[in-house]
Amino acid sequence: MRTESARRAFRQGLREGAPFAIAGFVLAVSFGVIAREAGLSAVATIVMSLVMFAGAAQFTAIAIIGGGGTVGAAIGASALMNSRFLPMGAALGPSLPGGPFKRAAQGQAVVDASWALAGRGDGTFDRWLLFGASAAQYLTWQLGTIAGALGGDLLGDPDKLGLDAIYPAFFLGLLLAEARTLRAAGVAVLGAGIALALVPVAPPGVPILVSSLAALVGLTRSAQTAVAEAQAREQEREREHVLEREREARERAAR
Amino acid sequence: MNAALLIGGCAVATAVLKAIGPIALGGRELPLWVTSVIVLLAPALLAALVFTQAFAEGKDLAVGAETAGVVAGGLVAWRSGSIVACVIVAAVLTATLRAL
Repeated sequence: MRTESARRAFRQGLREGAPFAIAGFVLAVSFGVIAREAGLSAVATIVMSLVMFAGAAQFTAIAIIGGGGTVGAAIGASALMNSRFLPMGAALGPSLPGGPFKRAAQGQAVVDASWALAGRGDGTFDRWLLFGASAAQYLTWQLGTIAGALGGDLLGDPDKLGLDAIYPAFFLGLLLAEARTLRAAGVAVLGAGIALALVPVAPPGVPILVSSLAALVGLTRSAQTAVAEAQAREQEREREHVLEREREARERAAR
Repeated sequence: MNAALLIGGCAVATAVLKAIGPIALGGRELPLWVTSVIVLLAPALLAALVFTQAFAEGKDLAVGAETAGVVAGGLVAWRSGSIVACVIVAAVLTATLRAL
């Protein structure tokens, strides 16, 4: 971490990711238990969390194995569940520096809550905040999996604690804060409509992937004009900032 | 069941899906129409995450205790602007309704 601002954003990510790290711990315990019941060894269960770090897809794969499905079906279903990382990664991509390999590596830090936390609301993302939030969640995801795989059912049904309401409530809170323009609100309604219409007919995960088509509203002329104006305002702010600093430097030199 | 194949396959698929976006769309100036679509991906995906998690149970559309919790949390976020309060209200109400 090179700069002070990067360190600050990382720490902020750790803090803001903490509630999801706690919820993730409880969910990971139940993952550990269910994976053992589905026939995975303790080591395999722990390794799966270490190398995958994708809650919904891990539960999906285990549900298929536990129900007698094939390994191929489990991999396919978990990939569909994770297909939302395609549009999420596309949104994040322009905010990541470095060559393709470095960007691909940084993209591994994306999980739902971190991606949502790191979004600045203008289409750009704070990558160090993303890394911090994911680091906190990665740690507890591993600890919870180990506890569940070795220790069994310590905490009972996570649904009893209302944990399944935490993530959608958080995403709704962010959505209400971000979708301030009529256009963004309309896209949200459209995305929700697409997802709900597909839930009964498409495999889990696909409704979220296809809902990203709602963002094609951005192709309209009025949406592009709005983005161009926002970019111009941002450039103007940066120019003023640079001028301000130059003026301060001149004043210091004069003294 | 081949556990190594299962875990390896799932891990590779996850890594590839997370890598495609950053590889395809980073490291260069993007045309305005691409940026304009990217800006709107967040509301579309957030809304889809909210509704599939609050109103769907597997392949069935369903209303449960978590639906009520999420709606109440949304009202709190709307009135107070606090996302922390929104999440706490949602979890507590959901857990309370399930305990009844």
